[in-house]
Amino acid sequence: MAQFEDQRTTVYKIDPEHPESETLPTLRTEELLLNMGPQHPSTHGVLKVILELEGERLVKSTPVMGFLHRGVEKLAEEGTYHQFIPHTDRLDYVCAMYNNFAYCRAVEKLMNITVPDRAEYLRTIVAEIQRIIGHQFWLGTQALDIGAMTVFFYCFRDREILLDWFDELCGARLTTSWYRIGGVERDFTPSLFAKLKQFLDYFPPKIDEYVIFLEKNRIWLARTKGVAVISAEDALSFGLSGPTLRGSGVDFDLRKYEPYSAYPKCEFSVPVGKNGDTYDRYWIRVQELYESVKIIRQCLEQIQDGPIMADVPSVTLPPKERVFTNLESMIQQFKLFSQGFNAPPGEIYCGTEAHKGELGFYIVSTGGGKPYRLKIRAPSFIHMGAFDHMSKGYMISDAVTIFGTYDIVMGECDR
Amino acid sequence: MSQLAQRIEDTFPGACTKVVEWRGDLAVTVKPETLHDVARFLRDDPALRFDYIVHVSSVDWPDDEERFEVVYEVYSIRTRQRIRLKTRVPESDCIVDSLTDVWKGADFMEREVYDMMGIRFRNHPDLRRILMPDEYDEGYPLRKDFPLRGKGWRDTFEFLDEPSR
Repeated sequence: MAQFEDQRTTVYKIDPEHPESETLPTLRTEELLLNMGPQHPSTHGVLKVILELEGERLVKSTPVMGFLHRGVEKLAEEGTYHQFIPHTDRLDYVCAMYNNFAYCRAVEKLMNITVPDRAEYLRTIVAEIQRIIGHQFWLGTQALDIGAMTVFFYCFRDREILLDWFDELCGARLTTSWYRIGGVERDFTPSLFAKLKQFLDYFPPKIDEYVIFLEKNRIWLARTKGVAVISAEDALSFGLSGPTLRGSGVDFDLRKYEPYSAYPKCEFSVPVGKNGDTYDRYWIRVQELYESVKIIRQCLEQIQDGPIMADVPSVTLPPKERVFTNLESMIQQFKLFSQGFNAPPGEIYCGTEAHKGELGFYIVSTGGGKPYRLKIRAPSFIHMGAFDHMSKGYMISDAVTIFGTYDIVMGECDR
Repeated sequence: MSQLAQRIEDTFPGACTKVVEWRGDLAVTVKPETLHDVARFLRDDPALRFDYIVHVSSVDWPDDEERFEVVYEVYSIRTRQRIRLKTRVPESDCIVDSLTDVWKGADFMEREVYDMMGIRFRNHPDLRRILMPDEYDEGYPLRKDFPLRGKGWRDTFEFLDEPSR
């Protein structure tokens, strides 16, 4: 109790520059350190940020990461290339398909494999579905952080349809592992095609519905417009990518800049923002939902029958039905998983436009079945590097929306 | 040799020690003392403008004399090309000039390299561990001589006894 008394007396002191105000005590100010997280519902996982506050303003913020560090890059050096695919699911566990895709593309570049046409279309369709899921998840949680609960329920209701679709496709809703090096694990069934077409008709009006809740919502506008502004130059210098970069007016999208898979055969536009604030990034993500629907529609029109796996027996897996009935195929499958294929010595980097940003894999091979070094370029990690810069001067309550604006997932950030 | 590598070689004679072009990726190895100047040139030259930093990585080659390799990958939005800028340092003197003042994003990425491989960066504003705990003192996990299972730190974790749970 005595301590309290002491503190209370030191809070008020006489301002030496204005002795005439002797009777009016001035408030003593000092910076306050506040730990936010690691157990905080709005940090999207286990992230801690040490906030330096002046009143309610953020002066400096220091992210403390690594609570979810599992040493995935070290694990990769101990397993074969095929064995690493399920590990990539656990990077960005909200959008596992895109991680599989980015990884398989990197290994294909290393092995110089061309994927057959049908597989490319299937991959693009599923990748775009994953983008829709990712953006729905982002929109729902971001709106929830800001206080709009209804949007969260609406987004998750529609996300559920797609997760069930994934369930039917590969037997898992989140940790999918459907992509394979050189192709995909299995083809769509007619039922999946039918369900997807049904969803494409159902979905666009639902996007309008989400937007209605937010576009004229005064709270949403006040909390997103002019918050976490970053200039294009700074955003590039920090290595931001995806919607976080495009919000600042740079039209950098790997699907256009370095076209891959079936994207060059589809027509779509890349929405670009102007102001570089949270609202522009929100607007871009919503527009991308419409674009994704467009891409999937075109893929469904253009897709032709054909093989779903590249025919390179020394690298790609044999079809599952043959593994169960044919001795040679079984031996091949066993050898590919236990010893791996012989990769040529060299190094490659392959970036893929995931819905968060550029997800890249840098693989160094010295020959043999295991990568010598595998580095994951995780957009969440790199976006956190700009957190201090982007949060400076904003209110403490904005810290939550600034995490949100990156679409951060700690599994990917800490690897 | 590609045009870009030639350009670097012309501007900094003798700086490039190795130029590799494989699978469409261009990798240029430069001497560690010229790394900072080459990086600044790549960013500021009006014809190149490598303004977007992709990643910073490191590779451990325990059998080589210059054991560690630091890898910077940068991209030019304007010319749509990538370059991988590499440098080699020996274990006895594993320190490289930080590129934080060239690309701001290098801050966190270099911290990760320091954390995982133990390569230090000169003039880095805040060189601390980033993913591993601050008090972790068993070395650097991504070095090749670090065992996959760790060095026993995990055995010191306190677990509850089975009956008291």
